[in-house]
Amino acid sequence: MHISVQTEDFDVAGVTRALCEKRTDIGAVVTFSGLVRDRSSVQNLLALELEHYPGMTETALASIAHKAFSEWDIDDLAIIHRVGHLKPADNIVLVVVISAHRKQAFEACEFLMDYLKTKAPFWKKEITVDGESWVEARLSDLKAGERWQDRLSRENKSEK
Amino acid sequence: MAHLLYFASLRENLNSDQEQLDLPQNISQVSELKDFLAQRGGRWSDAFQAKSRLLVAVNQQMANEQSAIRNEDEIAFFPPVTGG
Repeated sequence: MHISVQTEDFDVAGVTRALCEKRTDIGAVVTFSGLVRDRSSVQNLLALELEHYPGMTETALASIAHKAFSEWDIDDLAIIHRVGHLKPADNIVLVVVISAHRKQAFEACEFLMDYLKTKAPFWKKEITVDGESWVEARLSDLKAGERWQDRLSRENKSEK
Repeated sequence: MAHLLYFASLRENLNSDQEQLDLPQNISQVSELKDFLAQRGGRWSDAFQAKSRLLVAVNQQMANEQSAIRNEDEIAFFPPVTGG
Protein backbone atom coordinates (compact mmCIF):
# COMPACT_ATOMS: atom_id res chain seq x y z
CA MET A 1 0.00 0.00 0.00
CA HIS A 2 1.38 3.37 -1.00
CA ILE A 3 -0.13 6.56 0.41
CA SER A 4 1.37 9.97 -0.09
CA VAL A 5 0.42 13.61 0.38
CA GLN A 6 2.97 15.67 -1.52
CA THR A 7 3.66 18.90 -3.34
CA GLU A 8 5.63 17.17 -6.11
CA ASP A 9 4.07 15.79 -9.27
CA PHE A 10 3.59 12.03 -9.67
CA ASP A 11 4.24 9.67 -12.55
CA VAL A 12 1.15 7.53 -13.22
CA ALA A 13 3.06 4.83 -15.13
CA GLY A 14 5.81 4.69 -12.54
CA VAL A 15 3.40 4.27 -9.63
CA THR A 16 1.54 1.50 -11.50
CA ARG A 17 4.79 -0.26 -12.38
CA ALA A 18 5.95 -0.18 -8.75
CA LEU A 19 2.66 -1.70 -7.54
CA CYS A 20 2.83 -4.58 -10.03
CA GLU A 21 6.55 -5.22 -9.74
CA LYS A 22 7.48 -8.90 -9.25
CA ARG A 23 3.82 -9.98 -9.26
CA THR A 24 2.30 -12.48 -11.68
CA ASP A 25 -1.14 -12.76 -10.03
CA ILE A 26 -2.53 -9.40 -11.18
CA GLY A 27 -5.10 -9.39 -13.97
CA ALA A 28 -6.49 -5.87 -13.58
CA VAL A 29 -5.05 -2.42 -12.98
CA VAL A 30 -7.58 0.42 -12.55
CA THR A 31 -6.23 3.96 -12.48
CA PHE A 32 -8.00 7.20 -11.77
CA SER A 33 -6.05 10.40 -12.10
CA GLY A 34 -7.60 13.78 -11.49
CA LEU A 35 -6.32 16.93 -13.18
CA VAL A 36 -6.85 20.61 -12.44
CA ARG A 37 -9.40 22.11 -14.87
CA ASP A 38 -9.41 25.76 -15.85
CA ARG A 39 -13.20 25.92 -15.54
CA SER A 40 -15.17 24.34 -12.73
CA SER A 41 -17.25 26.49 -10.41
CA VAL A 42 -15.44 29.51 -11.83
CA GLN A 43 -14.29 30.39 -15.33
CA ASN A 44 -10.68 31.08 -16.23
CA LEU A 45 -9.03 29.49 -13.23
CA LEU A 46 -5.42 30.58 -12.84
CA ALA A 47 -4.46 28.23 -10.03
CA LEU A 48 -5.65 26.08 -7.17
CA GLU A 49 -4.30 26.28 -3.66
CA LEU A 50 -4.66 22.93 -1.86
CA GLU A 51 -4.58 22.96 1.94
CA HIS A 52 -4.70 19.89 4.19
CA TYR A 53 -4.42 18.80 7.82
CA PRO A 54 -0.95 17.24 8.14
CA GLY A 55 -1.12 14.05 10.16
CA MET A 56 -4.85 13.57 9.97
CA THR A 57 -4.84 13.50 6.16
CA GLU A 58 -2.48 10.52 6.02
CA THR A 59 -4.45 8.71 8.76
CA ALA A 60 -7.76 9.35 6.96
CA LEU A 61 -6.39 8.08 3.63
CA ALA A 62 -4.98 4.96 5.31
CA SER A 63 -8.31 4.26 6.96
CA ILE A 64 -10.16 4.67 3.62
CA ALA A 65 -7.62 2.28 2.03
CA HIS A 66 -8.12 -0.31 4.79
CA LYS A 67 -11.86 -0.11 4.25
CA ALA A 68 -11.35 -0.87 0.54
CA PHE A 69 -9.16 -3.88 1.40
CA SER A 70 -11.83 -5.22 3.74
CA GLU A 71 -14.71 -4.78 1.26
CA TRP A 72 -13.15 -5.89 -2.06
CA ASP A 73 -10.86 -8.66 -3.18
CA ILE A 74 -7.99 -6.41 -4.22
CA ASP A 75 -4.25 -6.99 -3.94
CA ASP A 76 -2.69 -3.58 -3.54
CA LEU A 77 -3.36 0.10 -4.04
CA ALA A 78 -1.81 3.54 -4.19
CA ILE A 79 -3.32 6.91 -3.25
CA ILE A 80 -1.38 10.07 -4.00
CA HIS A 81 -2.82 13.54 -3.39
CA ARG A 82 -0.97 16.73 -4.18
CA VAL A 83 -1.15 19.87 -2.04
CA GLY A 84 0.10 23.43 -2.45
CA HIS A 85 -0.05 25.55 -5.58
CA LEU A 86 -1.40 23.79 -8.70
CA LYS A 87 -2.09 25.08 -12.22
CA PRO A 88 -4.62 24.00 -14.87
CA ALA A 89 -3.64 20.64 -16.43
CA ASP A 90 -1.52 19.70 -13.39
CA ASN A 91 -2.05 16.29 -11.80
CA ILE A 92 -3.89 16.59 -8.49
CA VAL A 93 -4.90 13.10 -7.35
CA LEU A 94 -4.08 9.51 -8.26
CA VAL A 95 -5.74 6.26 -7.19
CA VAL A 96 -4.45 2.94 -8.54
CA VAL A 97 -5.97 -0.39 -7.55
CA ILE A 98 -4.60 -3.78 -8.64
CA SER A 99 -6.47 -7.05 -8.42
CA ALA A 100 -6.87 -10.45 -10.05
CA HIS A 101 -10.17 -9.35 -11.58
CA ARG A 102 -11.41 -6.07 -13.01
CA LYS A 103 -14.80 -5.71 -11.27
CA GLN A 104 -13.21 -5.68 -7.83
CA ALA A 105 -10.59 -3.16 -8.93
CA PHE A 106 -13.11 -0.87 -10.70
CA GLU A 107 -15.44 -0.73 -7.72
CA ALA A 108 -12.69 -0.26 -5.15
CA CYS A 109 -11.18 2.58 -7.20
CA GLU A 110 -14.52 4.39 -7.46
CA PHE A 111 -15.16 3.88 -3.74
CA LEU A 112 -11.73 5.26 -2.85
CA MET A 113 -12.28 8.43 -4.89
CA ASP A 114 -15.83 8.99 -3.62
CA TYR A 115 -14.75 8.48 -0.02
CA LEU A 116 -11.62 10.56 -0.34
CA LYS A 117 -13.69 13.51 -1.59
CA THR A 118 -15.91 13.52 1.49
CA LYS A 119 -13.71 12.10 4.30
CA ALA A 120 -10.14 13.32 3.83
CA PRO A 121 -9.26 16.79 5.17
CA PHE A 122 -8.31 18.66 1.99
CA TRP A 123 -9.58 22.10 0.99
CA LYS A 124 -9.36 23.79 -2.41
CA LYS A 125 -9.09 27.50 -3.00
CA GLU A 126 -9.64 28.78 -6.53
CA ILE A 127 -7.58 31.68 -7.79
CA THR A 128 -8.81 33.73 -10.78
CA VAL A 129 -8.02 37.16 -12.18
CA ASP A 130 -10.91 38.47 -10.07
CA GLY A 131 -9.56 37.16 -6.80
CA GLU A 132 -9.71 33.97 -4.77
CA SER A 133 -12.43 31.92 -3.13
CA TRP A 134 -12.75 28.64 -1.24
CA VAL A 135 -14.51 25.83 -3.07
CA GLU A 136 -17.85 24.84 -1.49
CA ALA A 137 -18.47 21.15 -0.80
CA ARG A 138 -20.78 19.70 -3.45
CA LEU A 139 -23.97 17.90 -2.55
CA SER A 140 -23.41 15.38 -5.36
CA ASP A 141 -20.05 14.41 -3.81
CA LEU A 142 -21.64 13.99 -0.38
CA LYS A 143 -24.39 11.86 -1.90
CA ALA A 144 -21.84 9.65 -3.69
CA GLY A 145 -20.07 9.03 -0.36
CA GLU A 146 -23.36 8.25 1.38
CA ARG A 147 -24.40 5.80 -1.36
CA TRP A 148 -21.34 3.65 -0.58
CA GLN A 149 -22.02 3.88 3.14
CA ASP A 150 -25.60 2.64 2.61
CA ARG A 151 -24.56 -0.10 0.23
CA LEU A 152 -21.72 -1.42 2.37
CA SER A 153 -23.75 -1.46 5.57
CA ARG A 154 -26.60 -3.23 3.72
CA GLU A 155 -24.23 -5.88 2.35
CA ASN A 156 -22.55 -6.42 5.68
CA LYS A 157 -25.93 -6.91 7.33
CA SER A 158 -27.10 -9.45 4.75
CA GLU A 159 -23.89 -11.45 5.18
CA LYS A 160 -24.55 -11.88 8.88
CA MET B 1 -3.78 22.42 27.55
CA ALA B 2 -5.91 21.57 24.55
CA HIS B 3 -4.43 22.25 21.14
CA LEU B 4 -6.99 23.90 18.85
CA LEU B 5 -6.48 24.00 15.09
CA TYR B 6 -8.38 25.94 12.41
CA PHE B 7 -8.22 25.24 8.69
CA ALA B 8 -9.08 26.75 5.30
CA SER B 9 -11.82 29.44 5.22
CA LEU B 10 -12.25 29.17 9.00
CA ARG B 11 -8.53 29.86 9.52
CA GLU B 12 -8.81 32.95 7.31
CA ASN B 13 -12.03 34.19 8.94
CA LEU B 14 -10.55 33.85 12.43
CA ASN B 15 -7.15 35.07 11.34
CA SER B 16 -5.68 32.25 13.42
CA ASP B 17 -4.42 28.76 12.57
CA GLN B 18 -3.98 27.39 16.07
CA GLU B 19 -3.93 28.13 19.79
CA GLN B 20 -3.32 26.45 23.12
CA LEU B 21 -6.34 26.65 25.39
CA ASP B 22 -6.75 25.58 28.99
CA LEU B 23 -10.26 24.11 28.77
CA PRO B 24 -12.59 25.54 31.43
CA GLN B 25 -13.86 22.90 33.89
CA ASN B 26 -17.42 23.03 32.55
CA ILE B 27 -16.39 22.03 29.01
CA SER B 28 -16.47 18.30 28.38
CA GLN B 29 -17.82 18.00 24.85
CA VAL B 30 -17.39 19.65 21.45
CA SER B 31 -20.67 21.60 21.48
CA GLU B 32 -19.67 23.28 24.76
CA LEU B 33 -16.31 24.29 23.31
CA LYS B 34 -18.05 25.78 20.25
CA ASP B 35 -20.35 27.82 22.52
CA PHE B 36 -17.33 28.97 24.50
CA LEU B 37 -15.47 30.09 21.37
CA ALA B 38 -18.61 31.80 19.99
CA GLN B 39 -18.79 33.88 23.18
CA ARG B 40 -15.55 35.60 22.20
CA GLY B 41 -17.76 37.69 19.93
CA GLY B 42 -17.11 39.27 16.53
CA ARG B 43 -15.71 36.87 13.94
CA TRP B 44 -15.64 34.09 16.55
CA SER B 45 -19.38 34.22 17.13
CA ASP B 46 -19.97 34.29 13.35
CA ALA B 47 -17.75 31.24 12.84
CA PHE B 48 -19.01 29.15 15.75
CA GLN B 49 -22.70 30.03 15.68
CA ALA B 50 -24.97 27.03 16.18
CA LYS B 51 -25.98 26.70 12.56
CA SER B 52 -22.49 26.88 11.08
CA ARG B 53 -21.57 23.83 8.99
CA LEU B 54 -18.21 23.29 10.65
CA LEU B 55 -16.71 19.82 10.96
CA VAL B 56 -14.62 18.78 13.92
CA ALA B 57 -11.87 16.23 14.52
CA VAL B 58 -10.64 15.16 17.95
CA ASN B 59 -7.11 13.75 17.99
CA GLN B 60 -7.23 13.55 14.18
CA GLN B 61 -10.41 11.42 14.09
CA MET B 62 -13.68 12.82 12.76
CA ALA B 63 -15.93 13.67 15.69
CA ASN B 64 -19.27 15.38 16.31
CA GLU B 65 -20.99 17.86 18.62
CA GLN B 66 -21.41 15.26 21.36
CA SER B 67 -17.84 13.93 21.26
CA ALA B 68 -16.03 14.07 24.60
CA ILE B 69 -12.97 16.30 24.84
CA ARG B 70 -10.25 16.58 27.44
CA ASN B 71 -7.61 19.14 28.20
CA GLU B 72 -4.78 17.27 26.42
CA ASP B 73 -6.68 16.72 23.15
CA GLU B 74 -5.93 18.07 19.70
CA ILE B 75 -9.22 19.54 18.48
CA ALA B 76 -9.52 20.76 14.89
CA PHE B 77 -12.36 22.75 13.34
CA PHE B 78 -12.78 23.08 9.58
CA PRO B 79 -15.34 23.57 6.78
CA PRO B 80 -16.66 20.60 4.74
CA VAL B 81 -13.76 19.01 2.84
CA THR B 82 -13.21 19.55 -0.90
CA GLY B 83 -10.32 17.31 -1.94
CA GLY B 84 -10.02 14.98 -4.93
